[in-house]
Amino acid sequence: MKSSSRHLRSVISTVGLTTTIALTLTACGPSSTSSTTPNAGTSTGSLVVGITTDPDTLFPWKATQFQAVNIAQNLYGTLTEFDRDLNVVPGLAQSWDTSADGKTITFHLRTGATFASGAPFDSAAVKYSLDTINDQATAAVARSSLASVTAITATDAHTVTLTLSAPDAALPANLASINMAILPPGATEQSISTKPDGTGAFTLSDRKPSQSITLAANPTHWSGAPKLTRVEYRIIPDESSIVSAMQSGNVQFAVLNDPLVAKTARSDKISVSKTPQLSYHALQLNASRGVLSDVNVRLAIQCAIDRQQVIDTAALSEGTVTGPITSPAYLSDPKARPCPTRDLTKAADYLAKAGKSAGVTVNTIVSQGEYATSVNEAQNLKAQLADAKITLNLEVLDSDAYVKSWVAADFDAAVALNGGRPDPDGMYGRYFTSTGNLNKVAGYSSPALDALFAQGKSTTDPAVRKDIYTKVSAELENNAAWIWMFTSYSYTATTSGVRGFIPMANGSLQYLWLTTN
Amino acid sequence: MRRTLTSLGTVCGVAVFVFVMLRALPGNQIIAGFGTEAAALTPAQRTALEAYYGLDKPLIVQFFTWIGGVVTGNLGYSASANHSVLELTAHSLPVTLELALISIVIAFLIGVPLGMFSASKPDSIRDATGQVIGLAGLSIPSFLLATALLSWLSSSLGFNPNGAGYATLTENPELNLKQMLLPALVLGFGIAAPIMRTTRTAVLDVRSLDFVRTARAKGVPPRRLQFVHVLGNALLPIITMTGLQFGYLLGGAVVVEQIFSLPGIGRQVLIGIQHKEYAVVQSTVLVIAVLFVIVNLVTDLLYRMIDPRVRAE
Repeated sequence: MKSSSRHLRSVISTVGLTTTIALTLTACGPSSTSSTTPNAGTSTGSLVVGITTDPDTLFPWKATQFQAVNIAQNLYGTLTEFDRDLNVVPGLAQSWDTSADGKTITFHLRTGATFASGAPFDSAAVKYSLDTINDQATAAVARSSLASVTAITATDAHTVTLTLSAPDAALPANLASINMAILPPGATEQSISTKPDGTGAFTLSDRKPSQSITLAANPTHWSGAPKLTRVEYRIIPDESSIVSAMQSGNVQFAVLNDPLVAKTARSDKISVSKTPQLSYHALQLNASRGVLSDVNVRLAIQCAIDRQQVIDTAALSEGTVTGPITSPAYLSDPKARPCPTRDLTKAADYLAKAGKSAGVTVNTIVSQGEYATSVNEAQNLKAQLADAKITLNLEVLDSDAYVKSWVAADFDAAVALNGGRPDPDGMYGRYFTSTGNLNKVAGYSSPALDALFAQGKSTTDPAVRKDIYTKVSAELENNAAWIWMFTSYSYTATTSGVRGFIPMANGSLQYLWLTTN
Repeated sequence: MRRTLTSLGTVCGVAVFVFVMLRALPGNQIIAGFGTEAAALTPAQRTALEAYYGLDKPLIVQFFTWIGGVVTGNLGYSASANHSVLELTAHSLPVTLELALISIVIAFLIGVPLGMFSASKPDSIRDATGQVIGLAGLSIPSFLLATALLSWLSSSLGFNPNGAGYATLTENPELNLKQMLLPALVLGFGIAAPIMRTTRTAVLDVRSLDFVRTARAKGVPPRRLQFVHVLGNALLPIITMTGLQFGYLLGGAVVVEQIFSLPGIGRQVLIGIQHKEYAVVQSTVLVIAVLFVIVNLVTDLLYRMIDPRVRAE
C-alpha cells in the first residue's frame, strides 16, 4: 500500500527473507558457503529497461520506491544476498558463524571487494554502515531490523561481530535488504545521492532527471563482471507507452504491474512471463474501532466474501486465493479459515451473534491508481457484502491521502496490497505483536499472538517454526484480524534477444547482471 | 505601468496560491518518500526527517525563505533529481516551448483555413464539415488520441521515435523533430478547434461590415478580398485565442508529455507533486505563470502591430 504497488513491491524488496537454509545457517555453527552466482566472465551488450518513474533517491538506506530499490540493488552490495529461490547466501560476507546461544554472529568478510571509488571494502565500512543505520537521526528504513543488535565490533579488517540481546533467526535475511547496503566510512545521504559509491555489479554512468539513468558494468565486482556492459533505465511514464517502445525495439525489458497491459503486450515481438508474488491483496480491518471491534462482525465479513469472484472481476482472473502467509515454506492453507467459501447464512449468524442482524456500515479507504486493481476490488467487495447487509462506504482517495490515513490508522477498513516476505516473523511480527511498530495500523494483537511470534523468532528448527506459524495463521483467520484475499503476479516483458533474466517472487531485479542481450 | 503592476500582482497571487494549495494537500515529502513505511518511523526519526526537509519551520518562514530564494535566482533544490530547480527548468522549459511552438503552428495551419472554409458558405455542407472537424478536435481527449496513435504506429509500423530517449534539438535535430511530431500533432489538432471556431465567427462578422461590401463593389478580386481585407481585419480575436492556447500549452501539455515521454515542464510539475517536493512545484508553477504573463504582453504588442486603431489609442 504505500499506496502504490511499486511501494508495496519495494517494501517486499527492502525486507529480509528467511528460508529454511537461512535458519539452518543461523542456527548451526560456521555457516560458510560459497556464492551460488557464477562468474559471468566478460561484459558484452547493453540493455534498455523501461521504468515508469524516476527513482526518488539513490541513497539505499532510505529507498522504498520500487524503482529506487531495484536500481540500488545493482549499485550497492549487502553482507548477505538472496539466491533465485530466495535462500540467504553469502554476499559481501563470505560466511558467518552463530554462537551456541544464538546471541553472537561473526561475519567473515570477502577480501578483494572494492567500492566504486576504488576504496577497499572492509570491517570499518560494515561497522560504520550498521552503526549509522541504527542511529535514529539517519531515519533509515531498516533500522528496526537491527533491534536485537546491541553491539557491532570490527574484530579485524575482515571480521565483524554482532552481539544480540536475544537470538534473531531473521537477521541474516534482514541483512540482505538493500536498505542494509554497506557504504564506505563517512558516506552521507548528500554524498551518496550525488555520487553513488557501492560495491554492486554496476556503477552509475549517467543520470538525466526524468529521462534516464545509465549504469556501467563494474568489471572488478567480487563475483565477476556482469554480462552486460551497460544498462539504461529509460523513464517512460506510462506502461502502455513502454509496451509501444518495446514493439518499436527501443526498449528491451520491463516489469509490468497492470495485468491488462501485460495481457495486451504479448506479441511475436514481446514475451511476457509472470511470477507469483509474495505480496497479497487484503481487506484490512481495524479491530480497534467501532463495530469491527466485535470479532463476530469481522467473521461475518470474512464469510460474506467470495475471493475468487474478486480475482475474476477485479484482476482479470490473475491471482490465487491466499491465507495470511504467502511464503512457500510456511504457506497458509486458505481452506483452513472459518469460511473457506462464501457462506451468507453463516455471515448472518455471526451478525446475529453480534446483535447486528439489521446490518452494519464500515467506512473503507481505497487508493486510487496506486495499483491497477484497487478500486475494482473495492467495488466488488461492496457488492458482495451488501448481500450480507454489510455496507461498505468507500472513500476513494489519491495515494497520498490514502497513505496519510493508513499511516495514522484513521480508517475502519482499507483495501490494501501489502508486501510479503518469506519469513513470517518479518512479514507479520511488526503488525500483529502488541509492541510491533505497525501494530497501530494492523489494529489487532493478542497475548496468544505475542507468545507465538516470540517462539517463532527464537526457534531455528524449520519444522517447529512451520508449526508455530500455522498456529499464527489460524489465530489470525479465526479472529478475522484482516480479510486475506489473493496474491497476484509481476509480469516481466522482454524482447526476443533478452536471455538469462531471473525473476524473483520479491520483485527484485538483482540478477540483471546475469542477463544478456 | 498599470499593466506591469497587474502582471506583478498576478504572479504574486499565483505564488501565494500554489504555496497554500500544496500545504493543503494531504501528505508531505516524508509520506511521499516512505509510503506506508512512514507508519514505522519513530518520533525521533520523524523529527529528524522534518528537519531535513525543512518541514519543521513555520509556514510563513517557509514561504519567505522560498520567495527570498526565487528573487535571488535560487528556485530551490530537488533531492530526488539531485539538481537545482533552475537546472531542471533549464532543461525542461525548452522542451515545452518547442512543443508548444510547433503545436501552435500546426493548430494555426489547421484552424485558420478550416475556419475560413466554414465561413465561406455558412450553413452549408462545407460549413458543417468544418464544424464537425472542429467538434472532433474539441471532443476527442488528447490522451486517447495520443495513446491510440502511439500504439498503432508502434505495433503496425514500428515507428516510435519517442521510445528512443529524448534528444535535444542541438544533439540530434532529426530525431528531435521526429519526437516532437506526434505530440505536436495531437496537441495541434485539439487546439485547432477553438482557433477554427474563432476564425469562423470573426470572418463572418467582418464580412458583414460595410467596407467589405465597398471593396467588393470596387472590384477587389475575391481572393484578395478574403485574405487581405476580411482575414486581416478578423485577426485580432484569432491572435487572442492563439495566445491563450499557447499559454495553456506551457503548463497544460502534461498528459501528452507523459504519454510521449517528453521531459517538459508540465511533467516536471507532476513529478514534483508526486514526490511532494514543494520547491519544485512552487518554482516551476511560478515560471509558468511568468511565461503566461509574457505571452499575454506579447499578444498585446501584436495587437498594436496588426491594428492601427489600437496604435492610435
